Parts: sequence; C-alpha cells; structure tokens
Amino acid sequence: MPTHESTADGTATRERTAGETAADGEGGPIIEAVGLGRDFVRSEGRFLRRTRRTVSAVRDVTFTVRPGEIVGYLGPNGAGKSSTMKMLTGILTPTSGSVRVAGMEPSRQRTRLAREIGVVFGQRTTLWWDLPLRDSLTLTRHLYRVPAAVHAERLAELTELLELGPFLGTPVRQLSLGQRMRGDLTAALLHAPRLLVLDEPTIGLDVVSKSTIREFLLRVNRERGTTILITTHDLGDVERLCDRVMVIDHGRLAFDGGLTELRATVPTPRVLVVDLVAPAPAIEVAGATAVRVDGPRQWLELADNPARVIAAVTRQHEVADLTLREPDIEGVVSALYRGGRAP
Amino acid sequence: MRVHCAVYARGLRRYSTYRAAAVAGILTNSVFGVINAMVLLALFAARPEINGYDAADAVTQVYVAQALIAPLAIMGPALELSERIRTGAVGTDLLRPVSLLGWWLAQDLGRATFDLLFRSVPTFAVGALLFTLALPGDALRWALTLLSFALATVVGFALRYLYSVVGFWLMDTRGVWAVMGPVGPVAAGMLLPLTLFPAPAAEVLRLLPWASMVQIPAEVLLGKDTLPGGSVYGGLLLQAGWAAVLLALAARLTTLAMRRVVVQGG
Repeated sequence: MPTHESTADGTATRERTAGETAADGEGGPIIEAVGLGRDFVRSEGRFLRRTRRTVSAVRDVTFTVRPGEIVGYLGPNGAGKSSTMKMLTGILTPTSGSVRVAGMEPSRQRTRLAREIGVVFGQRTTLWWDLPLRDSLTLTRHLYRVPAAVHAERLAELTELLELGPFLGTPVRQLSLGQRMRGDLTAALLHAPRLLVLDEPTIGLDVVSKSTIREFLLRVNRERGTTILITTHDLGDVERLCDRVMVIDHGRLAFDGGLTELRATVPTPRVLVVDLVAPAPAIEVAGATAVRVDGPRQWLELADNPARVIAAVTRQHEVADLTLREPDIEGVVSALYRGGRAP
Repeated sequence: MRVHCAVYARGLRRYSTYRAAAVAGILTNSVFGVINAMVLLALFAARPEINGYDAADAVTQVYVAQALIAPLAIMGPALELSERIRTGAVGTDLLRPVSLLGWWLAQDLGRATFDLLFRSVPTFAVGALLFTLALPGDALRWALTLLSFALATVVGFALRYLYSVVGFWLMDTRGVWAVMGPVGPVAAGMLLPLTLFPAPAAEVLRLLPWASMVQIPAEVLLGKDTLPGGSVYGGLLLQAGWAAVLLALAARLTTLAMRRVVVQGG
C-alpha cells in the first residue's frame, strides 16, 4: 500500500507522524479550550406572553488535545457535544472562555481554519446531491488549492482504501448511507487536514461499514498522524478507536482520561451469569448478590473473587453453564451519565 | 476565483440533470406568454400607443419576462440556502474555506446559465414564432441586451440571497417569500410593462432594484429613451449599480449573521 509515500507527497503538505507536532513551528496542542462556554437565549411561551430564558449549553469546559491523539467526546443527547464541536470549527461563537484550534481562533478565522481541518457530520453531507461523487471530490482540489498531482495521488489512495471505485461515477443521491459516508470521509481528508472532526460518523451504518470506517480512521491516524476528535453514541467506536475519552454532561466536562481510568471511575462490578438445570429461587452465596432471576438463568454481581463464588454456587446448585461478564464501557458511561443527572 | 469557476460549472451541470423540468418550464412560460400577450394585444387594439410603447414593444416585453422567469427565479424557488439555514445544514457550507456569498453566487449563476440557454432561448423563440416582436437589427444591441440579462441575473440572485440570509434571524423565510413573491414580478414589470402604470409610479418603480430584472432589460432590448439617462448605457449603469449595492449589502449581512449566527440542529 503506497500510504507512506503519499504523506510525503511534495511541498504542499507537511510531513506528519503520530504523536509529533505538525512541523509548522507550533509545538503546542492542536486544540486548547479554556473555560469555554456558550449560552443560548430561548424564547418560550405563547404568541404574546413570551419569556426569554438563558440556557447554558456548554459551561466552563477546559481541555487540550495534542497532535496525533484520537479523542472520543461523549455525552447524552443535549449535553453540549454539538455546541462544542461548532465552537471548535468556528460556526458558533463562544459566549465565554477561549478556544484555539491549530493556533487559530475558530470563530474569527473560520475560513482559514477550514484549510487545516476536515469535518464530517454523520447526519449531513457536504457532497453534491445530484452530481456523481467524483465531481464533489475533484472540487476539493480547488477549494483547498491542492496541486493536481498531489490531489490525484491522494484520491487514488483513498479510493483504494475505502473502495470507492465502483461508485465514483454514481450521483450522490443514489449512494447507500455507507457509501455516502465513505465519500464524505474522503472529501474531508483530500486536503490532508491536521485535525479530523467527526460528529457521529457511524450513525445508521451496518456492522461491516462501521468496522471498515473504524479501521480506516485508525490507519489515517497511525500513518498520517492526523488528530481525530470524534463524537459518537456508538461505544464500539470508542473502544476500537479512542485512547482518550471526554464525557460531557449538562454542559460540563464530567470526565477526561483514558478508557481504563474511565472504567475505574465508576465501580461497575463483574457479573456472573449462572444457568441452572432447573429454575430456582435467587441464589444466596457469600461474595455475590443475585440481581436478576429469569427462569433457570440468574445474574450475580460479584463483590468477591469469582473462583470462590463459582465454587460456592456449584456446591449448592446443579449448574448447566457459567459466564463471567466484564463491565462494558456502555455500562460505565451510562452510570456516569446517571451520576451527573443531579441538577 | 478558480474555485468559483469550479462551483459555477457544477451548478450548471447539476441543473442539466433536470431535463424534463426544463421542457415543462418552456411549455408553461410559452403558454403564459401567449395569454399575457393576447391581453395586451386587446388593450393595444383600443389604443395604438401607450407612453411610448406600441403593441410589438409590449409583446416583446412579455416574452422577455417569460424568458427571464427561470434564470431570475424571481417568483421562486428560493435559494437552497434558505432551507439549509432552516435545517442547520448551512453549518457544512460554513466549514468550507470560501465565503458563503461567493459560493452561492457561483452556484446560482451556474444554474442561471443553464436556464438562460435551455429555458430562456426556447421560450423567446416560441414568442418570436407566434407574434411579431420588436427585435433589434444590430449586433451591438443584441450584445448589450445579453449583458443586461446577465446583470439582471446578478440582481435577481442578490435579492434572493438577501431573502434567504435573513433566515439567520428569522429562522424561516417563507414569510419573506410570501410577501416578496407577488411584489417582485409586479415591481419588475413582469406582470405588466411598467410603462402602462401611471407615469409617476412608473418613474419610481423603474429606479427600484426589481425593475433592473425585467423592465430595464426589456427597454435595453427595445432601445427605449425612457431608460435612465435616456440611453441603453444609462439602463446598464443602473443595473450594475444595483448589482453592486445589493451584493455589498448581502456581504455585510452575511458578516453580521456570522457574528451572531446560531446554526440550527445538533
């Protein structure tokens, strides 16, 4: 695969490797948000008796992202994810705090910043609906002033990686969601941005398409050193892609750290699933609590060494099968969301 | 500039995918032209000349109006920008390293060029086939007419862009269109030549931006001395002035909108 060649593709692009800063004299973080906040004024009530209320979508959010990281930005609906993304990309002006992306102030230098970043909104498309996919992809050459040869090389590479070949000539409106998403990703990467901002890139995709996109993103990050900031509700994305996770809830940053740390913050016990030969009342053994009983199947939350609990259970009951479940990230995150529910 | 050429080309190509719509449009415009022309011919049968217009002048203006309906889109459709502001899709437009105004101008001129070639020319040809039109004999005036049509298209775009961009404040611009939709064609001289209005009203309307879309181009084609400054060049200057003023206003409003913009939707 000629990937390593095309990252060093001539004078127009910087050479980047994972973990290193882009060679443009800026040694600092690629994203730096300090006390970032955004309020919205909302009109409520009926026609004449309107009241205006200020709602804080994002409050006092501080974080930095270093070049080469893949950071997951999680949060329930309405938590402030999209507002943050909009402020980072410059289409929303913060009401408080400051943010710098690639050394620029996004809302003031939006069009200049656009040259340095690639953005994909899973729910929207930047492609030309009525025209063949190829037309949208060749337009990016003019949009970002990429030399023709460099552009052709990158397009060939991305076409191969994302298997765009069969539908490059198909009008975008006739593409499947998975095909369209691959097209959107290509459009966002053809100018070799330093930062890729993805807002729910796998939404609505089937398992195979999701996995194609995840592997592709990992590769882009590894080989080009592209920093990736991704919001998603799909925790598979997080587990596969992210070294680091930020969780936002009610506009505040509730967690910022690695996946392992995230698991540790919320003590979610391991669960032993016991299939008995016949239905029985809830099992009572030391070091475990039965949390659910469904016919012959029971779920035991473990507080003790599983081996000891298993031994105790098999002594007391005739067991057909046993499974030990590790806490999944989904459980951890939902516990974290619930934890933050207090007003 | 290169990117705008590329966007222009895509705008043109994009509309060329709707061929059936173009044929249907030609038919509609031609038929409405016939009805409109019949009414005016009945009027001119009673009076051979009204404020410097004779029957052939009036019917010519009818077909200029019908031909320009598509490229000017004066009665709609609104720029897609309206819908994109309403739904928040404009967010993706703002993430491109080009100005919003330039992007939509290039794209809409692409569309207008397609319409000028494949809607205006056939519609006008139908008019010329069915009626006696007052057409210029010299190539220069044809060239100036074409220039006038191009300026009319820019004015039309700028007005529609303004109708759309207020959506950043109003969220929904259907109300704007509900008002401007009927006002535009009347003020433009599309429904009736402004010449048929009482002289003081006609004088005022002729100077407003809408007239620069139909009335002025028609008078340029007809070579009327009722144009500002009494000549074709005065008319072109007025159009160019409106195009510049409206585009400047559009650029200013876009900047203001960006400052307080709320892109809708998550």
